[in-house]
Amino acid sequence: MMKSITMRYLLLSSGVISLFLFSPGAVLAGEKNVSMLASTCFGCHGIKGATQGPATPSIAGLTDEYLNLSMQDYKSDKRKSTVMNRIAKGYTDDEIKKISKYFSSQTFVSVKQSADTSLVAKGKELQKQYCDSCHEKDGALADGIGVLAGQPIPYLKYTIDDFQSGDREMERRKKQKMDQLVKDAGVDGFNAIIQYYGSR
Amino acid sequence: MVLTPLSNTTVVVKGVSVMSNINRRKFIQLASGVMVAAGSMLSMPFLAHASGKRVVVVGGGPGGATAARYIRLLDPSIDVTLIEANANYHTCFMSNEVLGGMRNFDSLMVTYDGLRKAGVKVVTDMVTAVDADAHKVKTAGGMSIGYDRLILSPGIDFRYEKIGGYTAETANTIPHAWKAGPQTVLLRKQLEAMEDGGTVMIVAPPNPFRCPPGPYERASLIAHYLKKHKPKSKVLIVDAKEKFSKQGLFTAAWKRFYGFGTDKSMIEWMPASAVGGIVAVHAKEMMVETEFEKFKASVINYIPPQKAGKVAFDAGVADASGWCPVNKKTFESAQVSGIHVLGDASIATKMPKSGYSANSQGKVVAAAVVELLNGRDPSAPSFVNTCYSIAAEDHAFSVAAVYRYNDKENLIAPVKGAGGLSPADASDDYRKREVGYAHSWYNNIRADIWGT
Repeated sequence: MMKSITMRYLLLSSGVISLFLFSPGAVLAGEKNVSMLASTCFGCHGIKGATQGPATPSIAGLTDEYLNLSMQDYKSDKRKSTVMNRIAKGYTDDEIKKISKYFSSQTFVSVKQSADTSLVAKGKELQKQYCDSCHEKDGALADGIGVLAGQPIPYLKYTIDDFQSGDREMERRKKQKMDQLVKDAGVDGFNAIIQYYGSR
Repeated sequence: MVLTPLSNTTVVVKGVSVMSNINRRKFIQLASGVMVAAGSMLSMPFLAHASGKRVVVVGGGPGGATAARYIRLLDPSIDVTLIEANANYHTCFMSNEVLGGMRNFDSLMVTYDGLRKAGVKVVTDMVTAVDADAHKVKTAGGMSIGYDRLILSPGIDFRYEKIGGYTAETANTIPHAWKAGPQTVLLRKQLEAMEDGGTVMIVAPPNPFRCPPGPYERASLIAHYLKKHKPKSKVLIVDAKEKFSKQGLFTAAWKRFYGFGTDKSMIEWMPASAVGGIVAVHAKEMMVETEFEKFKASVINYIPPQKAGKVAFDAGVADASGWCPVNKKTFESAQVSGIHVLGDASIATKMPKSGYSANSQGKVVAAAVVELLNGRDPSAPSFVNTCYSIAAEDHAFSVAAVYRYNDKENLIAPVKGAGGLSPADASDDYRKREVGYAHSWYNNIRADIWGT
């Protein structure tokens, strides 16, 4: 109940105003700072974290845990990126927690883009076989992992490239699945899966 | 935090306080929007103060549009009027892609419909006078509009007086193209009309100026166009400075794509020490005169020295430097109370004069203005700037910074150990990704600024 009310407030008014106008003193300042912090991300990631593409991922509606981990990994250079390592170092651990919390309470919106329709059906089939045990609901699950369904196609491709090149660390089980996919369906298999997720 | 259930009583309380200033129909719209918001606030007397507060924003670029939109998002009881001379806006950012033939000019246009949708009253008019004592602005169209807080985001104006021979009229033949719009179209047409073998001269301005990497991105993308269509031509940059933004990254890209440093280079850069100060622009002869030399060119893009937009001077918020000193926590003018100045016109050291800076400042100003109008102290601001430059097809790089406000020195300082430039040794893939991220930034920040 608490959560749904909070969500309604956030949705109603960009997450900022309600907390700001309607919460008593001490809580007020803290919550308001969150929105000030989080809104600095909108320029690249879209309003409330919902991207318009073509490449930067949506961060709205990802889980608190996943966002926090991603930012910490960027901050420590464990996960490579272009600009995010430089940006993440500008925020304290506490600020990262607040920012993560803010975006996790927003709604994920699929980016508008056109996928290669000739590959979508094949991709749907392949992801059931190789990805769905973790990325459930055809890549829409956000349970502590990144949402794949509806993310920009170039971003999905970069992510696969980074896992493949070793730039981004992978769990053993995940690596086995990916290696198996390459063996069975080749690089085209990845592309088909990406097109399918991109079409969602 | 405890959120109590909605209460009709609070809405009525809220309604009474708003009614004196708005008509009934608007009240109903407003009430439906704030009803949820009004819950739990029986004990908040400042709500009454919030109603009937008027903010006037002058300038519909990134700073002004962001501030106007965010005030409405933060507190819909505040009446926001944005006064902008043009019915539509063309973004300066990505306009170099138009010059390089990579983008359609019309794609730079944004309307003010998104602001209207957010409840901002958009007035197409020009502010001709600011009466800071009476809290009123006057417009060329004969309007007089009162305000409780005034936000000026006038952008830049040119110091025509600094250089002999260059006036507002000269810009019709020698474009500055430093405010996107007809000037961008004119320069693009001149590039298209130029014969192969011609020289395009870019005269880069002294600091401080709008978009520090802009002239060099422009040189890159014009060279990109020439390389494809007029390979015997070249770009000559005559600079009023000794060094420039992202210099290492630009020169590396120029070496790689345009032969920089060889005798066949498509880009040549002449620093101030090599040419002396820029003395005059001779439009008839298509020539730029410096202390040491005279340069002729087929196309000249003269980017003049800059200062804050005119209304900043009318309002008395600009100082002898030509820019506007502000309290960097709220961007309220250090010279005139009740007036906030942001974006390129403000002295926001150490933030650069960029679109993202103006957007980031717009949010800080919006929050500060809402707080002040509600009788509270503005809280600590957070700023960010990420600026992409595209130097060739599939080749871009960025500079980024996260900023904090230092109240002791009234300084906006970048967080140490964070931010900085794209690495000099980045892979091709990295540079290509930054092109995609640059275009994403463009789409997302446009939406954030203008609500489109």
